[in-house]
Amino acid sequence: MAAINVNGKALETDAAPDTPLLWVLRDHLGLTGTKFGCGAALCGACTVHLDGEPARSCQVALADVGTRNITTIEGLSTDRSHVVQKAWLELDVPQCGYCQSGQLMSAAALLAQNPSPTDADIDTAMAGNICRCGTYGRIRKAVHRAAELLKKENA
Amino acid sequence: MNAEATSLTHNTRRDFLKLGVLAGGGLVLGIGLGGCSKPAALGAGGQPVAWLRIAGDNTITVLVDKSEMGQGVYTALTQLLAEELGVALEAIRVEAAPVAAVYTNNLLGAQITGGSTSVRDGWEKLRKAGAQARSMLVQAAATQWGVAPETLKVDAGAVVNGRKRLSFGELAEAAAKLPVPTEVTLKPAKEFTLVGKPAKRIDTASKLDGSAIYGIDVKLPGMLHGAFAQCPTLGGKLASFDATAAQGMPGVKHVVGTDNGVVVVADHYWQAQKALGAVSIQWDAGANAVLDNKAIRARLKKASSRTGRAARSDGNAAAALKSAAKVVRATYELPMLAHATLEPQCCTADVRADAADVYAPTQTQTIAQATAAAVAGLKPEQVNIHTTMLGGGFGRRLEVDFIAAAIVASKAAGKPVKVIWSREQDMTHDAYRPPAYDTVAAGFDATGKLTAWKLDLTGPSITARMFPPVVATAIDPFAIEAATNYPYDVPNVAVNYNREEVGVDVGYWRSVSHALNCFVAESFMDELAVAAGKDPYEFRAALLAKQPRFKRVLDEAASRAGWGKAPAGHHQGIALMEGYGTYMAQVVEISMKEGALAVHRITCAVDCGQMVNPNIVDQQVEGSILFGLTAALWGDITLERGQVQQRNFDTYRMLRLPEAPRIDVHLLDSSEAPGGIGEPGTAVVGPALANAIFAATGKRLRSLPIANQGITTV
Repeated sequence: MAAINVNGKALETDAAPDTPLLWVLRDHLGLTGTKFGCGAALCGACTVHLDGEPARSCQVALADVGTRNITTIEGLSTDRSHVVQKAWLELDVPQCGYCQSGQLMSAAALLAQNPSPTDADIDTAMAGNICRCGTYGRIRKAVHRAAELLKKENA
Repeated sequence: MNAEATSLTHNTRRDFLKLGVLAGGGLVLGIGLGGCSKPAALGAGGQPVAWLRIAGDNTITVLVDKSEMGQGVYTALTQLLAEELGVALEAIRVEAAPVAAVYTNNLLGAQITGGSTSVRDGWEKLRKAGAQARSMLVQAAATQWGVAPETLKVDAGAVVNGRKRLSFGELAEAAAKLPVPTEVTLKPAKEFTLVGKPAKRIDTASKLDGSAIYGIDVKLPGMLHGAFAQCPTLGGKLASFDATAAQGMPGVKHVVGTDNGVVVVADHYWQAQKALGAVSIQWDAGANAVLDNKAIRARLKKASSRTGRAARSDGNAAAALKSAAKVVRATYELPMLAHATLEPQCCTADVRADAADVYAPTQTQTIAQATAAAVAGLKPEQVNIHTTMLGGGFGRRLEVDFIAAAIVASKAAGKPVKVIWSREQDMTHDAYRPPAYDTVAAGFDATGKLTAWKLDLTGPSITARMFPPVVATAIDPFAIEAATNYPYDVPNVAVNYNREEVGVDVGYWRSVSHALNCFVAESFMDELAVAAGKDPYEFRAALLAKQPRFKRVLDEAASRAGWGKAPAGHHQGIALMEGYGTYMAQVVEISMKEGALAVHRITCAVDCGQMVNPNIVDQQVEGSILFGLTAALWGDITLERGQVQQRNFDTYRMLRLPEAPRIDVHLLDSSEAPGGIGEPGTAVVGPALANAIFAATGKRLRSLPIANQGITTV
């Protein structure tokens, strides 16, 4: 059994050490908000945070997680109150929604590092997340809106 | 945002049980299609199939018959029903409808989500269902109060009589015992309070916290997980396999063969995926073992010299070309494309001796049910199809190729099994957009008037495989879109279609033949403008005097884009189309910096008739444009030895956020019948972009993708 920290909880899993974190989360722990898209770190659908840093969970073996704190979309907030979730709701960003867990996790990590991102900062931080429905325009607006909400929260 | 769909969260047996108890309690108001008084069919759990249920606790559930794949049907169709029922959108929960005849899409003849038909199909029937329910609730209240129903009003989920109110929940049981009225009067458009308003989507919240349930997220008690490998050669079969090594691996329970592949079933998906690599498989590549793109192109080129079947014939185009003072000719070619839904194909099946439950992100419940039943050895009515959220559709999930493996695996295991395709399996086993080889010719008379237009289309037919009866006597209607409705005022028009199969399955890809034929027609119109020495916008406008809806979107797009007034170094291209009853024009503005293309801005004018939800229309237009832009820039599926060479997003490139241009969408007021909106944008952007590249470089692009034409993208 391996012990990992997920969304503030210490959990145990019987998954084999080489199992990608993505499948540990989805299959073993039932956290299906993190999505499988490509299995090769090309689409960003599986993005989670490891100690606050965005990571493609399809490329992180369980054995390499160690004691780092894992945050998934289910743990971003308990009540959709994170600024990115609020902004995404306000701007009605998702269409099919499949990529949006990853988009939100990338955006949340960006704002944690850089509370007032420019368009160029957003380009860099969000380039790894494919949205096949083409919600990019609304994503860009929503990241800026989330930055505004963050300022209000910190004021 | 209170509205949340039960089907958006887990679709478990316990939910069905709960609904069964509800139904048994008599607090459910079922409304069948069109006031049909026959007993409703029974769905999963034995509850009556209906458009809505109103429970005693005022819970209002709408059963949406169309699949939610991002296009917003859970919201838009619910708006239609809520408009007539007289409740706020937020008061309604949405559930995916089961399979039943009442849910047949009248425009497509089966329970199908596609062809941008959802609003057009639901426009009257969902408003009618809402009006019928309202009428019954009002009658129930009138009876209780001993007053005439005409004296009562409906307000926010209650029937009102002066200061007295009875909620829909309080009236539901009595209303359910009344006959369903066959004739109801629908509100005139000027009285709409919900329809036409940019309401927020009711599925958004569940897509922000991981709670929305897609096909890949289905969980059932005792469920096992399957990984699937198919013959690498398209159309090939499984010959034999040796699973000795795989069977000893951790978690592995079963290794089973299907017609064209092998499924490894294990306790967990990663175990199955790893063990799949340890199965030794012999394939029967079949007839496609030597097929490649060169062979496909040669075949289409050869076929294009035949005279095709006439799809449109005005005047005599051949004669007019012969007598023309000037003739322009060109050949256009288009590649195969993958759908690449971000959620890979997947399916969960629970097959038992006398019934099966299938959980699938499908666009076609009717065909999914028939397919599952045939593979399981059951009757269709023994198979319940549970439609999950779809992680993208784009026509890919009109196919049912992802169902068989789950059925076979569940049968072998005697347990529910979820089978998920890897991205590589998904990319290399699609039903690809048909390739095309089209020739086009036009003639001007001595005065410079355009007198002839002749378009000869050559390609394989999707519908011949999917719905053979449709093409038994007629041309595949999904091969000649944006071709037969050529709108320009030209006296002699010929459109011919030459069906030529290429040996691989082709499928319906967002906007289907619109994207092929609009590229040819609108690129060639640009060539003709150049040949005539006219401005591309003015050349088109002059030929649209008899087509006010085309003319209006063309003028609007040109004016909003500042046609002819692009900043220094920027260049514009324009294109238009009617498709799905929607009229659209786009202007694409680009620059070429040291030979590299940058797309700066896309202006789109849309007349899609009456709108249900402009917020969703706006989403769909933006998204469909980026879908088409991705394909125009990079989309190209190639074959070697019958095997698809693109395997993941590194070789099948997707547009990313930094590459997404500004899109300005202008929705025009219209009282015309609703048009479809999920697809037109995809078709129009390609030629508008190619025309802009011509304006910038003088290079005419007669095939796609642009990245293969010596143009790099920034």
